[in-house]
Amino acid sequence: MTASVTIENVSKIFGAFTALDNVSLDIRAGEFIVLLGPSGCGKTTLLSILGGFQSPSAGRVTIAGKDMTYVAPSKRPTTTMFQDYALFPHMRLVDNVGFGLRMRGLAKAERDEKALGFLDLVGLKASAGKRPHELSGGQRQRVALARALAVDPDVLLLDEPLGALDLKLRRQMQDELKAIQKRVGTTFVHVTHDQEEAMAIADRIVVMNQGRIEDFGPPSEVYMRPRSLFSAGFMGEVNFVSGRVAAADASSARVETALGSLALPAQNFTASSPKAGDRITLTIRPEHFRADDRAEGPTVALGEARVAGSAFFGTHYRCHLQPCAMDTRALVAHLPQSASVREGEIVPLAVRAADVVALPATGGHA
Amino acid sequence: MLRKISASVLSWTYLVLVYAFIFLPVAVLVLFSFQDGRLPVPPFNGFSLQWYEAVFADRKLMAALGNSMVVALASSVISVLLGFLAAYALARYKLPGSALQRGLLIAPMTVSYLIIALGLLSVLNALHVPLSLMTVGIGHVVINLPLCFAIIYASMGDHHINIERAARDLGANDFKVMALVTAPMLMPSILAAFFLSVTFSWDEFIIAFLLSRFDVTLPVEIWSMLRSGLNPKTNAIGSLVFLASVAVLLILELSLFGRTKKQ
Amino acid sequence: MADAGTLTSATALEDADRRKAWGFVAPALLWTAAFFVVPFAFMAAMSLWKREGRELVRVWNFDNYARFFSENALFQGLVNSLEITVIVTVISVLLAYPLAWIIAERVPKRLQRMALILAILPFWTSYVVRSYSWLLVLSKNGVINQMFMNIGLISEPLELASTRTATVIGFVHFFVMLLTLTIYSNLIQLSPNYRRAAADLGANAFQTFWHVVLPLTLPGIMTGAFLTFVLCIGDYVTPQILGGNNELVLPQIIMLQLGRRADFPMAAALSIVLMLAVTVAYVACARWLKIERA
Repeated sequence: MTASVTIENVSKIFGAFTALDNVSLDIRAGEFIVLLGPSGCGKTTLLSILGGFQSPSAGRVTIAGKDMTYVAPSKRPTTTMFQDYALFPHMRLVDNVGFGLRMRGLAKAERDEKALGFLDLVGLKASAGKRPHELSGGQRQRVALARALAVDPDVLLLDEPLGALDLKLRRQMQDELKAIQKRVGTTFVHVTHDQEEAMAIADRIVVMNQGRIEDFGPPSEVYMRPRSLFSAGFMGEVNFVSGRVAAADASSARVETALGSLALPAQNFTASSPKAGDRITLTIRPEHFRADDRAEGPTVALGEARVAGSAFFGTHYRCHLQPCAMDTRALVAHLPQSASVREGEIVPLAVRAADVVALPATGGHA
Repeated sequence: MLRKISASVLSWTYLVLVYAFIFLPVAVLVLFSFQDGRLPVPPFNGFSLQWYEAVFADRKLMAALGNSMVVALASSVISVLLGFLAAYALARYKLPGSALQRGLLIAPMTVSYLIIALGLLSVLNALHVPLSLMTVGIGHVVINLPLCFAIIYASMGDHHINIERAARDLGANDFKVMALVTAPMLMPSILAAFFLSVTFSWDEFIIAFLLSRFDVTLPVEIWSMLRSGLNPKTNAIGSLVFLASVAVLLILELSLFGRTKKQ
Repeated sequence: MADAGTLTSATALEDADRRKAWGFVAPALLWTAAFFVVPFAFMAAMSLWKREGRELVRVWNFDNYARFFSENALFQGLVNSLEITVIVTVISVLLAYPLAWIIAERVPKRLQRMALILAILPFWTSYVVRSYSWLLVLSKNGVINQMFMNIGLISEPLELASTRTATVIGFVHFFVMLLTLTIYSNLIQLSPNYRRAAADLGANAFQTFWHVVLPLTLPGIMTGAFLTFVLCIGDYVTPQILGGNNELVLPQIIMLQLGRRADFPMAAALSIVLMLAVTVAYVACARWLKIERA
C-alpha cells in the first residue's frame, strides 16, 4: 500500500551537535523521494526518525494522516532496507522474505506463497532455497528489497542501498528500483550522496546540508533552478560569478558583473525577489556557455575569454576559460563536440539569460 | 511500560544474584585472611595481620612464590620467541606441508594438561632425568607455545608484508627486519601472548605438581598447605596473590586506557 | 642468456629463503615434537604394556583397557566424569547466557567493560585457592552452614563439601565466568541491524531474540560449551578438593594409579580413554564448531 508522509519542524540534537534543524517536508503518497547530501548532512538521521529507530528532539512525523512520531518500528507502516542488507544469515531466502509475514501470524503455506511471489518480483524465485552467503551483493540487495516489500508497507525507506555496488550494477539497480516502485506504488524514501543517482530515480529531490533542507523539487528544477548556492554546487559543476543588482522591477532585473551587464527575468531570482543594490551570485552551468554566436535563442554577451586548457570527454569538451575581463579563477565550460578549441584561442562568452540563476551572495536558501 | 519496568527489575536482580555468587568465595577468602583466630570461618573475631606475617615468614612459601615468577617469565619468554619465529616463517614464506606444521604447533592446545604432564613424566622417568623447575618450565612452554603461535600468526596480516619489503629494500637484513620492523608492528599481539602465557603458567597446577620435586611453584606449595585443612594462612597467601593480580590489571587498564585515549 | 642467469639467481634466492624459513620454524617444531609428540606416543605405547608388581612388563597387550571396562571402580570414573561434565556445562551455559545478555543489552555502554571485568575478577585468584575458598563456604563449619544454623533453619550442619554437588558448584563458578566472556564477545559482534530489521518487520522483543539473536549466537555458545567440556572433564584439582573420596572422576583415578603403585601403563591407558571421550565430544559438536564465513 502507500501513504503520504508529513515531517513538521523536526529537530534532532545530540548534546552540542545539531543533526537536524527544524526540518519540514511534505511527501505525497506514491512518490519516489531522494534525500541527497554529503555525509553528516542529516539525511540518515531523518530516515532513521521516519523508520522509528530514533525519536526527534522536537517536531512531528505524520504518516497517512496519523501521528507516528514516537511509534516503535514494529508498529509503523514503514520498512527499511539497510545499507548492509541485514539478511538473516541462518535463514533461507524464502524464510527471510517471509519473516515479516510470519510475525504477522500467517500460516506457512500462505506466507511461503507470498514470499515466493516477491522473490519473483525481484527475479530470484529460483534461488528461494539458498542462504544469503551464497548470493552476490546485488542479489542480496534484491532479497532485502523483496523482504521489505513483502509486508506491504506504506513507506519504504532505503538507506544508501546501492553504495556497495559497482557502477554498472548500480545503474542497473537504479532502473530496477524505479520500475518496481512504479509497479507497487509504495512511497519510497531513498538516501544517497550521489547526485547522479538522485537524478536518475527521484520524482523529487531533497537536497540537505548540515541538518537543513537546502532545496526541494523535481530533478530538473533542482538542477537548473537551484535555490541555494550549496544546492547549485552539489548538483553538478557550476560557475559562480558575483554581481550587483543595478535596477529591478516586477518582471526583470539588470545585473552588473565583472564580465558585463545582463538582464535577467525576475523568476531567475529563485531565493528572493531582486531589489536594487542587492549583492548576488550568478550560477552558470558549464554546458550553458556558448562559445560562438551560432546559438539557440537570444544570448547575452559576456566578453571574451582565453582557452586556458581543455580535455575531450567524449560527449563534450571540458574547457577552462579565463575571462579577459576578470582576473579570477577560470570558468569551466562544456563546449560541444563540433567546437574547435585550441589552447590560447580567444573565444567569445555568451549565455542565454534564461539559463542563469541569481542567488543572494551569502548563499541563503528558500 | 509496566512490562519494561518489570523486565528491568528482573534483569538487575539477576545481575546482583549472579555477581553475589561469583564474588562469594573470594569475599570469604579475603575477609577471613584477617581473622584474629585459628579458623578462617565465621564468626569473624577481629582484624589481625598475623596470618600475613606468617606468610611472609614462611620461607618455603616465599621461595615457591619466587619460583613461580621465574618459571612463568622464563617459559613465557621462550614461548613467545619460538612462537614469533614460527609464525614469521609460516606467514611469510611458502613451506611445504605448512598446514600440517600449523596443525602440529596448535595440537597441544587440544590435549588436557594432565595428559601432557603424564607424557612428559613417563619420558623423563624412562630417561632417568631428575625432576626440577626446569622440567616444569619445559612443560609450560609446551602448553603456551601453541597459544603464542596462534595469536601472533593470526595478527600477521598481508598488509604488513609491504612494510617489511620496504625495509629490506632499504638494506635491512632478516634479523634487523624482524627486530626493528615486524616485532614493533606486532607488539600488541606479542604482549597479549606474553601476558596470557605468564597468567597460565603462574596459575598452572597439574604440570607443576607432577614435574617438580624439591623446588615447587606457588600453586603446588598451596596444595600441600591444604593438607592442614582450613587455615587462615592459606587465605592470606590466596588474598595476596589475588590482590596483586588485581593491582597489575588495574595498572594495565589505566596505562592502556590512557594510551588509547591519547590516540 | 640473461634469462637463464636471472632464472637461476631467482631460484637460488628462493632456496636460501626456504632454508631461512625452516631455520625459523624449526625450534618451535622441534620443541613440540620432542616434548609433546614423543611423550604422547610413548604414553600411547605404555598403555599397551603393564605393570606387574614392581616390574614394567613390556609386552604388548590390551590388559589395561580390558581392566578398564571390567572393573567397576575404573569404569565408573568415566561415567562420573561424563555426568558431572554434562551437568556443569548445561548449568554454566544457562547461567552465563542471561548474564552476558544483560551486560550486552541492559548495562549502559560505557559501563559494560567495567561490568565484564567485575564478572571475571575472581578469575584472578589462583585456581587451587579458588576451590579452597569454596571449602570455606561449604564445609561443616563454613559460612553457609553457620549462617543457616544462626538463623535457625537447620540444627545440624549440612554435608555440603566433599560431595558431587560441591564439585559441580566449584566448576560452575569458574565456567560461568569463562562462558560469560565468550558469549558476551559473541553477542556484541552481532550487527545491530539484524535486530533492527527484525523489529522493523514486526517482531517483538521475544520474537527477535528467539528467531534471530539465539540462532546467530548458537555457534558461539557451542564453542564455549565445548571448551567447558574439555576443561572440565580433564580437571583434577576441583574434584579432589571439593568432591571427597566418594565418586571419583577419571582424572582422580588416573592420579591414584601414579600414587603408591606407580602404575604408569594403567594411568596412560586411562588418559587415552579420557582423550577419546573428548574426541567423541568434538565430533558430535563439529557441526557448530566450523568457523562460518560471514
